[in-house]
Amino acid sequence: MEQSVAIDVSKLGKVYDGVTAIQDLSFQIRTGEIFALLGPNGAGKSTTLRILITLLRPTSGQATVLGHDVVRDADRVRRLIGYVPQERAIDRFLTGREHLLLLGDLYHLSKEESLRRIAELLRLVDLEDKADQPAKTYSGGMKRKLDIACGLLPNPKILFLDEPTLGLDVQSRLRIWDYVRQLRARGITVVMTTNYLDEADQLCDRLAIIDEGRIKALGSPAELKTGLGGDIVSVTVGTAAMAKVEPLAASLKGLPSIRSVSTKATGLDIRVESPEKALPAILEAANRLACPVEFIEYHRPRLDDVFVAHTGHAIREEFPESEGGA
Amino acid sequence: MQEYRQEIAALTMRWVRRLSREKFSMLFTLIQPMLFWLIFFGNLFQRAADVQVVQAPNYISFLTAGVVVMTVLNNGLAGGVDLLFDKENGFLERLMSTPIHRTSVILSRFLFVTTVTSLQVLVILGVAFLFGVQPATGFLGVAVILLIGMMFGVGLTAISMAMAFSVKSHGDFFSVLGFLSLPMIFLSSALVPLSAMPKLMAMLAVLNPMTWAIDAIRPLILTGWTEALRPLAIVVLIMLVFDALCLYGSAKAFRRAIG
Ligand SMILES: Nc1ncnc2c1ncn2[C@@H]1O[C@H](COP(=O)(O)OP(=O)(O)O)[C@@H](O)[C@H]1O
Ligand SMILES: [Mg+2]
Repeated sequence: MEQSVAIDVSKLGKVYDGVTAIQDLSFQIRTGEIFALLGPNGAGKSTTLRILITLLRPTSGQATVLGHDVVRDADRVRRLIGYVPQERAIDRFLTGREHLLLLGDLYHLSKEESLRRIAELLRLVDLEDKADQPAKTYSGGMKRKLDIACGLLPNPKILFLDEPTLGLDVQSRLRIWDYVRQLRARGITVVMTTNYLDEADQLCDRLAIIDEGRIKALGSPAELKTGLGGDIVSVTVGTAAMAKVEPLAASLKGLPSIRSVSTKATGLDIRVESPEKALPAILEAANRLACPVEFIEYHRPRLDDVFVAHTGHAIREEFPESEGGA
Repeated sequence: MQEYRQEIAALTMRWVRRLSREKFSMLFTLIQPMLFWLIFFGNLFQRAADVQVVQAPNYISFLTAGVVVMTVLNNGLAGGVDLLFDKENGFLERLMSTPIHRTSVILSRFLFVTTVTSLQVLVILGVAFLFGVQPATGFLGVAVILLIGMMFGVGLTAISMAMAFSVKSHGDFFSVLGFLSLPMIFLSSALVPLSAMPKLMAMLAVLNPMTWAIDAIRPLILTGWTEALRPLAIVVLIMLVFDALCLYGSAKAFRRAIG
């Protein structure tokens, strides 16, 4: 699928009085795709998004949206995009419809056009019943839907969503994934951020893994996984034996059948060429070091393995990594 | 231009809607203390206040100018509060991501605060009228009073908005507010004329633009145009400088916050 470039980011950097939020980001987003910035809290996702929607000036580098520079042609850019902020940017005292009417005026729509779009959007996000209630009566999921309707009101070529499903229940998340896919079907380019691996995996066409302000990997979920090569052998040891994990890791590193070894809270993740050759070697080493193995399994690389391989840590502290797989 | 008008009208309507919903009570809490000042203290201190000292037929007619300007002060200093909340919950970001002129949100706020304040000033003058305070300069004088109030209010609202854009937390905002507003009132000629103040206090009160606004409004209510013209000329100058400084500062704060 050969596609034109919707967004071009080149050597982008942002420093907030002394704090480097992002540095040297370069990537392209193609027209019509769902693109995600995947990274943990504080990675720099919102900062990147805010620069692209012209709310922040970059400290270095540049970015263009549909060919327009986000600093020099900011107003032009604003006319082409829609934005759904990370916070529920809702005025509790206005009704859903009043939110949309306000935005209609801010996008300079005529009254008729505004009303026509509002009716359509309220139907799309299924808020028709509650449209004339003040937003303070809305549930979290309904606020999110209103947020999305607001983002779509300008009929944007590109929709930016900052952590659209953060903190939502499973039902609402699936609804939102559904809307996002509908948007792509209508030809809208979707740029989103997320710290959910399953969301990036299942929803996005391509993603950039971002960590500590830098892009660590870029590609489709499938490309990234096959890019790792081989399989992952996951070894779990008893809590009593965690002290032996480091020596085990050391003795495995450098063996011909083993590509890399990373320690996790419950044991080791070992990337191997082929599990058939590696498993005996691993078990043999564990035996030799008297390291009791509670559990051992191997699987094709998953996105969490990709994340660990490129950043050296899991996306969230706690284990096991949220599989979600709804 | 057409677009600019559409934006500002819509944004201003939002403030009006919010006021009518959220602040039904707040509208009252804003007017009430002022009426309270006027009616309660106006009458209570009627005896205590020496008519010679205040140079007015009674204390309530003396106090009216002060209460008018206190209203302007409170509304102006609180003028940025809604923007503070908008900033904190991300609504401001949503507004600024639309292709509106960068000044529209601020302008809508000025419009709204000025209108509400003017209406409140009219209510206060109306109540004072019921207590027998007839502005010596008539309707034209009332129009001039509103104008002075607007000039003072614009600068105050600008300060308030600049603070809303600059503060890290809204706790900071409200402590600065509290810190500013009481001394502004006591170190002014709102309650006591300059001539009756201790020296040090009077010196500080002279530096307070509020004093000049009050001293221009007071003769408009109490005496007439001849006494009012000189302080009017002075207050216009002072307010021009005050507004210029406040607007310059707030434009800087705004640019820093929003780019
Ligand atoms: N306004 C700001 N002032 C100072 N530092 C900030 C500001 N916004 C974000 N940061 C810092 O920049 C980094 C990236 O933040 P952000 O882009 O919000 O990350 P993410 O959206 O991925 O969680 C963090 O270290 C954060 O603390
Ligand atoms: Mg964020």
